[in-house]
Amino acid sequence: MGYLARNLRRNLPAIIVFVAAIGLLEVWVRSMEVRAFLLPAPSSIVGALVENWEVGYQIWPAAQTTLLEAAGGLVIGTLLGIGVALVISRWPVARDVALPVAVAINAIPIIAFAPIANNWFGVLSPNSKMVIAAVLVFFPIMINVLRGLTEVPASSLELMRSYAARPATVFLKVRVPNALPFFLTGLKVAATLALIGAVVGEYFGGLNVALGRIVVQSASKLAFEVTWAAIIVASVVGIAMYLLIVSVERVVIPWHPAVRGERAT
Amino acid sequence: MSGDAVVSVQGVSKEFEVPGGSSMTALSGIDLEIMRGEFVSLIGPSGCGKSTLLRLIGDLTDPTAGSIAVNGKPAPQARVDRDYGMVFQAPVLFDWRSVEENVRLPLELTGNDKAARNARVSQMLELVELSDFRRHHPYQLSGGMQQRVAIARALAFEPALMLMDEPFGALDEMTRERMNSEVLRIWSQTGITVIFVTHSIPEAVFLSSRVAVMSARPGRITRVVEVDLPRPRTVETRESRRYFELVTEVREALRGSEGKGDPMESALERAAAEGGIG
Repeated sequence: MGYLARNLRRNLPAIIVFVAAIGLLEVWVRSMEVRAFLLPAPSSIVGALVENWEVGYQIWPAAQTTLLEAAGGLVIGTLLGIGVALVISRWPVARDVALPVAVAINAIPIIAFAPIANNWFGVLSPNSKMVIAAVLVFFPIMINVLRGLTEVPASSLELMRSYAARPATVFLKVRVPNALPFFLTGLKVAATLALIGAVVGEYFGGLNVALGRIVVQSASKLAFEVTWAAIIVASVVGIAMYLLIVSVERVVIPWHPAVRGERAT
Repeated sequence: MSGDAVVSVQGVSKEFEVPGGSSMTALSGIDLEIMRGEFVSLIGPSGCGKSTLLRLIGDLTDPTAGSIAVNGKPAPQARVDRDYGMVFQAPVLFDWRSVEENVRLPLELTGNDKAARNARVSQMLELVELSDFRRHHPYQLSGGMQQRVAIARALAFEPALMLMDEPFGALDEMTRERMNSEVLRIWSQTGITVIFVTHSIPEAVFLSSRVAVMSARPGRITRVVEVDLPRPRTVETRESRRYFELVTEVREALRGSEGKGDPMESALERAAAEGGIG
């Protein structure tokens, strides 16, 4: 509980500024009579959110769908990224083959790939959205894990050599723990990308109970307060995924300077 | 010569390839015999190959010519048999392991049973006087304490030989002197043979039974100074007349390998040594 209290105190200024900004926005939109399709008042966005939570646009079930797609894509992309990184770190020849391909995949604008993925994996199926998310997730995971497995201090390897340790032992006792912080850094980036991938996939078609679909449909009906509500929920889902990984990080690598630094403050 | 040589280096030279296709001679014609229980320091200017010689003995690199025997067997076999423990200039501890887990690391590489392993770790931590810090992580320790963990780890296999590559080079002078006494205590308690690379003359003289003085380009052993200071060596040792004589002898041997320096500089350096500055 001490931890919660400390966190609250640390975040208090940010919370105050945030609440004040929302308040000012509300006052400004109402007093200047900004038209709703340009910028709806925060209160009307909250109203739309409550109204469409389970009925109407069904924002809550939509958020669950999108979260599932993003999480599925995150898992698939992460497994593929780790797998390719393992192969490349083990066989340097594979690096010369796989790295250019990986870079090329990473260079594909995801917007261009989304309709194709929808076509390949079923526009109405969550699988197509997972694939789009996975494509985005793959690269940061692969690159980070690869760095973690290969950028081991020479002195550590020399120490293991002085003990005549087998390569498999060096891998398990040095390379893997060394890669953990790199992997978690990649995972934090990837979590946000997975959500973007899922929403982009939804833009190009799918069942209507999904955040990306709500954005498209509400905007086409000029119901921008609903659009904003969906955007806010999407970002909350993204933040939740990010925070989940940060808390995993605290448990898995408490010894790492980045984690220790967070504790010290 | 003797059957009791722990390390026998004969006619060893080492060349490194340098970019452009040519090669650089790091070591040339090295002969060195180290007896069981000796404490031998390798001292010389940077680039004289003293660390390279240590790494050759540890089979961390291969000689271009000559032969190296450790415990009566070729160096590669001795490494595989874990006949030596190595302490590097940096402690090389793993952040993700606690102090005791770091010391246990080498023991995990063999199939010995858990109870024996943990008993050995406790024994080693007692030896370096870190039993109270067994559950700490490396980042919670000072530089000197980290290096003591590294020493405990190097001794985990009860090796006949400990190779130390400028282990206290990164420590401040006060800590270094404390660590010197610590190493001598461990050395006399365990009866281990030590080869110690350093660039500090006072450190080499204080610790060693023999100091091998090396010169650079190409790296050779130019002189071996016998250190006949009585043991146990204490704070008083550092203030004795014989200690200063030996420091001067080693210094002059080092200088001899580069030509005579001017007397004024020499006097200043002696004063520095008397003040305990390396």
